[in-house]
Amino acid sequence: MKRYDAIVIGAGHNGLTAAAYLARAGKSVVVLERRPVIGGAAVSEELYPGFTYSSCSYVSSLMRPEIMRGLDLPRYGLQIIPYEGILTILPDGDYLASYSDPDLTRRENLRHSKRDAEAFGRFSLEVLRQCRFIKPMLLMTPPDPTSFKLDDIRGLIWMGRKFADLSERQMYDVMRFWTMSCADFLDEYFESEAVKGQLAGSSIIGTALGPRSPGSAYILLHHYMGEVDGDIGAWGYARGGMGAISRALAGAAQAHDCEIRTEAEVSQIIVKGGKAVGVALADGEEVYGTAIVSNLDPKRTFLKLMPLEHLDDTFIDQVRNFKIRGSSGKLNIALDGWPEFIAKPPIPAPLYSSIQIHRTLDDLERAYDDWKNGMWSRHPYLDIVIPSGLDPTMAPPGKHYMSVFVQYVPPKLKDGPWDDAKRSAFADTVIDTLAEICPNIRDLILHMQVRSPWDLENEVGLTEGNIFQGELTLDQLMFNRPFPGYAQYRGPLRRLYMCGSCTHPGGGVMGAPGANAAREILKDFKRRILR
Amino acid sequence: MNASARHDAVVIGAGHNGLVCAAYLAKAGRRVLVLEAGESVGGCAVSGEIHPGYTVSTCAHILHLLHPGVIADLRLKRHGLALSAPDLATLALLPDGEHLLLSSEVQATRDSISRFSRRDAERLPGFRARLERFAGALRPFLMATPPRLANGTWRDRWTLIRLGIAIRRLGRTDMRELLRIVGICSADLVEDVFESDVLKGVLAFDSVLGSFLGPRSPSSAFNLLYRAAGESDGRRGALSHPKGGMGAVTAALAAAAKSFGVEVRTAAPVAKVAIEDTVATGVVLESGEEIAARTVVSNADPRRTFLDLVGPDQLDTDFVRRVRHIRMDGATAKVNLALDGLPDLGGSGPHMANARLLIAPGVDYIEHAFDDAKYGAFSAEPAMEITIPSLHDPSLVPEGGHVMSIMVQFAPYRLRDGGWAAHREAFGDHVLKTLAAYMPDLSGRILARQVVTPDDLERDFRVSGGHWHHGELILNQLFMLRPVPRFAQYRTPIDNLYLCGAGAHPGGGIMGAAGRNAAREIMRDWSR
Amino acid sequence: MSEAITSDFLMKTPFHARTAPLCLSGKWGRWAGYSSVDCFYSVTEEYFAVRTAASLFDMSPMIKYRVTGRDAARFVNRLITRDIGACPPGHGLYVCWCDGDGKLIEDGTVFRLAENDFQINTAEHNFCWFEDTALGLDVTIADVSEEFAALALQGPLSRLVLERLGLTGIEAMPYFGLAWFTLDEAPLLVSRTGFTGDLGYELWIEPGRAEMLWDRLMAAGKDYRLTPIGAAALEMVRIEAGLIEIGFDYIGAEAALRESRKRSPYELGLGWLVDLKKSYFVGKRALAEEKRRGGPRWRLVGLEIEGNKPAIESFIYRGRTEVGHVTSAMWSPTLKKNIAIAVLEAPYATPKADLWAEIWHPRELEIRKINAPCRVVRRPFYDPPRRKA
Repeated sequence: MKRYDAIVIGAGHNGLTAAAYLARAGKSVVVLERRPVIGGAAVSEELYPGFTYSSCSYVSSLMRPEIMRGLDLPRYGLQIIPYEGILTILPDGDYLASYSDPDLTRRENLRHSKRDAEAFGRFSLEVLRQCRFIKPMLLMTPPDPTSFKLDDIRGLIWMGRKFADLSERQMYDVMRFWTMSCADFLDEYFESEAVKGQLAGSSIIGTALGPRSPGSAYILLHHYMGEVDGDIGAWGYARGGMGAISRALAGAAQAHDCEIRTEAEVSQIIVKGGKAVGVALADGEEVYGTAIVSNLDPKRTFLKLMPLEHLDDTFIDQVRNFKIRGSSGKLNIALDGWPEFIAKPPIPAPLYSSIQIHRTLDDLERAYDDWKNGMWSRHPYLDIVIPSGLDPTMAPPGKHYMSVFVQYVPPKLKDGPWDDAKRSAFADTVIDTLAEICPNIRDLILHMQVRSPWDLENEVGLTEGNIFQGELTLDQLMFNRPFPGYAQYRGPLRRLYMCGSCTHPGGGVMGAPGANAAREILKDFKRRILR
Repeated sequence: MNASARHDAVVIGAGHNGLVCAAYLAKAGRRVLVLEAGESVGGCAVSGEIHPGYTVSTCAHILHLLHPGVIADLRLKRHGLALSAPDLATLALLPDGEHLLLSSEVQATRDSISRFSRRDAERLPGFRARLERFAGALRPFLMATPPRLANGTWRDRWTLIRLGIAIRRLGRTDMRELLRIVGICSADLVEDVFESDVLKGVLAFDSVLGSFLGPRSPSSAFNLLYRAAGESDGRRGALSHPKGGMGAVTAALAAAAKSFGVEVRTAAPVAKVAIEDTVATGVVLESGEEIAARTVVSNADPRRTFLDLVGPDQLDTDFVRRVRHIRMDGATAKVNLALDGLPDLGGSGPHMANARLLIAPGVDYIEHAFDDAKYGAFSAEPAMEITIPSLHDPSLVPEGGHVMSIMVQFAPYRLRDGGWAAHREAFGDHVLKTLAAYMPDLSGRILARQVVTPDDLERDFRVSGGHWHHGELILNQLFMLRPVPRFAQYRTPIDNLYLCGAGAHPGGGIMGAAGRNAAREIMRDWSR
Repeated sequence: MSEAITSDFLMKTPFHARTAPLCLSGKWGRWAGYSSVDCFYSVTEEYFAVRTAASLFDMSPMIKYRVTGRDAARFVNRLITRDIGACPPGHGLYVCWCDGDGKLIEDGTVFRLAENDFQINTAEHNFCWFEDTALGLDVTIADVSEEFAALALQGPLSRLVLERLGLTGIEAMPYFGLAWFTLDEAPLLVSRTGFTGDLGYELWIEPGRAEMLWDRLMAAGKDYRLTPIGAAALEMVRIEAGLIEIGFDYIGAEAALRESRKRSPYELGLGWLVDLKKSYFVGKRALAEEKRRGGPRWRLVGLEIEGNKPAIESFIYRGRTEVGHVTSAMWSPTLKKNIAIAVLEAPYATPKADLWAEIWHPRELEIRKINAPCRVVRRPFYDPPRRKA
């Protein structure tokens, strides 16, 4: 029987990234995916004839350019089409659009606030400064501050130097930024609710924090630190849907003889002599390998796929206390035509951007309160994109694919578990909200896929439906991600590794966790820890 | 420097930190004048008569942070500081008459928690011990001057190194845990460990008391560490009642200060800090009187100090921006009652009334109370900390009478509809209505009531935003960032002007640390 | 809320109807969100019009703030590094303002229209900074950019043009003086200011009468070769005049991404604008400290470079050590010299320093590197007596 150098559990984009890097280094790799499709939450699915749904993640920015280039992803079909920015639609038909052109953006902000039009530049600079600080850390393995190992000390010194390179003012600003709330941060610059609401959206997407919760400013940064072709903070569509990213990664892996097996559900990690040695599939097949790499979140990896007797209680507590907290839902809609919005910007470009319904900071905070109280937000935050506007391959001619991301939706409802009736009531709330800015939406719907956190968990395997495989709060970032002592992609057992978004630097279709994990695994091969 | 000045230092405000700072400076042989706008010293640490013969701590009511070094250095005990109750137990009341008792008696505490959860009873001592270890590592830094990160001195670097060593010395497991919990919310901290709502409620309450954070707001867990770092008469984390109310503490401080030669003038409100060419040269009183001094020390909050007493005319725009954005809206109110007898505590029985009583039956209860405040309303169901100091200190009341002191979370400084003037009494009624579920006969016993809202604090005690800590205690406003970056060393952009109040590190609570740290920095500058 | 953005990306100045037909080159640029002519027909012709006759430049996109109120003078004095007391009503002042670290935010001109009535002219938006600096003062700050159309009439014959226009008394206007006239019943403000280093005026009028002003000026200037000029020619004359420009010679402190790019007035040769004796102004503490520490790290200097290839974006070396870089450069047709404005490390900012510039010059699709010796010279490079006459 074949013994692989590495077995990757789960063909999510990070699993595929790790596999591609390992295969490229000459290792024999197999990726085992439970579902019939690869990609995890970066998938394109045709759930209605002629329409391609980016059924989970829907836009791209964070995918590290180093990975795109390193794995030669464009050669395997990856194309990212940038879009303008955000279009916020106000209830009275007015709007606030952000454009790629700074003069236009300025004039647009000016309509809402004179001060804010100007403050926008200062705000963007500050966010850019924070991005510049964090960027080099995305593709590094977080050093363990409690360790005296040479690598860790070197890493800490390197980080210390990066910090010391900042001006004194920026040092304090970094400390402040990582701990403060998005609302406090925005209040330092802006006065207009339209401007603040538009920017605050990025601070709550996928997270179980409100805009007034300390720590939410970082989430904002997490959504700004990506880039499209060097344009930091820009977002775009993957041509052919988010599955194109996974397909390109798979292509890069397969080009180096990586095996990718779908409908191969791993039911258990086989442990022998305190080491992970292989996996057992649901159909009883056993696959053996040197390194076992899990793309799943820690709760699944350790509480579901491992016999608990191999783990000590402190570790199990750490896993149990890992905060995953689903907070998002999604609608994928096939439309019979272009939806008419109540706002009519003279340039169509904003309509191909991310479209939001206007929410004040208080609205967002109340939406979060609903989540805390175990219900989906009565007035949810919606992030709407119509990728077919810029990528006509996503839908038949004249028809459109719309993705509606919904924040906040709890994985557990206070009045009982999710079921079909609740899912449809949830969809009604979203469509009602959508109809406020897009009155003809109901007439256009040909097909709709509704995804609650519960669905995301059951279908895609995201625990609690959390899109980041774990909250992006200070206690779960850098050397704390997923939990202290295990931030270097190595699990509690020898030969067991983690490569999912639950590890540094987190989720958002970034690929960095997979690339970092592969680097650590290869290091262990080199040191002959793995043989 | 104003060599001809009669005073080496003028301290603006006779709050406890101002008095501590003045006393330390005078003890070192300097001529110090303290100017207090009010009729009496004490700032927010005062006692007041709310009904003839009934005295109660007007604002702060429990002493648990006053630094032992300050007590010893200033010989406060000799100057009248005494505790009527050195180690208060905590009794959490539940609406069904049940209660949970936490005290320094290990077995009693264990038994009480066991009624709710045996597992929690097992876990609490370990939880507390760990918190205490963390607090122990951080405690010395309450008394340290926060370092500058660049352009710093070796002393600054040494402080950072010491901090690193203190954290490392916790050992790997504790260090990891500290780095994990430092930014989390208290709800996560307690929910990870405990299962009983009432215990979680008690711990979560302590994490938000005095602040505008909910238990689910990240950064709130840090406040538990902060509290654990406190000491009362040598007992770490212990809560105590000062004899004579909080005013007696500041009276002792004032007496101590005077014994070292400090001159204290009350009813002398300062209008301006006199500044000549970026150097403070004294103060101007509202009366127009000018008082020259080598050094001016402000116990007022940073916003008041910089925007009112110094004025934007003397400051840089970017600095002023920072000061204006200090988060310092208060959300804590106080209700003080004069009672004709001890209220019935329902199932808890009168023997328990001498504890610190908490109305905080769960994390969600407190979070909901906080949610109301976020949108500018006082809590529909407020969380409360209640003491009946007259049980320990009969001198506060006439025979048979009692005073009750109630700390209420949350009552936001900015009310959504209208100012506090229109809502103060309705708020007082509301608090009593909430309390009626726990103390059915309370309303019949009330002789007099005093409601102190953040608005009152701002007006009567001159605290901007009415925040008890002169600025939120939140990670982005602590240590090197308090009150604003680059000016966390008690120095200000104005030469010879210093901050010594709770707006500076380490913040509020009747601790005296800011005053003592400021005095140290001032003397260091003098000796240069 | 003002009108929604129309399909025009850039806004049009009040003179657009006049300038657009004249812009034969089709070369337009953008300036503060407006379309601005880069060159009408020939940069050379336009350049020589400024230096030898008279020129007209549409400077309407310039940002203008009106500051009024009881504390207006106090505000201006808190903002700028110069003493506004030295500027009586009816006069203007070249000024700069700094952040709290004493780093330059921008330079511009202040017109003192009355005791407590000012107009501040800037290239960048400063509304937030101004408003935040006005905290506690009884002052109103209004962005009046769209309330004025503005033309720069510059060149040795510009005075004659205005005399011909019938502005009596124009010859008596002092340098940086202000004067009010009425033209066709429209109030016209004339300032004896400019960005060319030559004799010149700036004219301010309500936008509705802009075309009238243009027509009247063009008619009055017919015999004086009055020539509309674009930004390209202006850029040449401002370099000759040794004037610095935000975004070229320095980055404003509020707009700099990197702290190290911020510059103090001393570093930009604007030390003469800093009055440390006046009452507190923003940045005073830091500037006094900089001075006490022995002056700036950098210095903005004028360079004369051998050869005739403009040292655009060149590095400046002393021996093998890089000691600075060029911020603006040109061949000066008037001086017949190759000149540049450069930022140098302070110790090398002296005429004695032995410096050379690394010039990359394209020659038939091939880039040639020229090492051209250069030396530090006094700015302005070109300073005719008539500039201040």
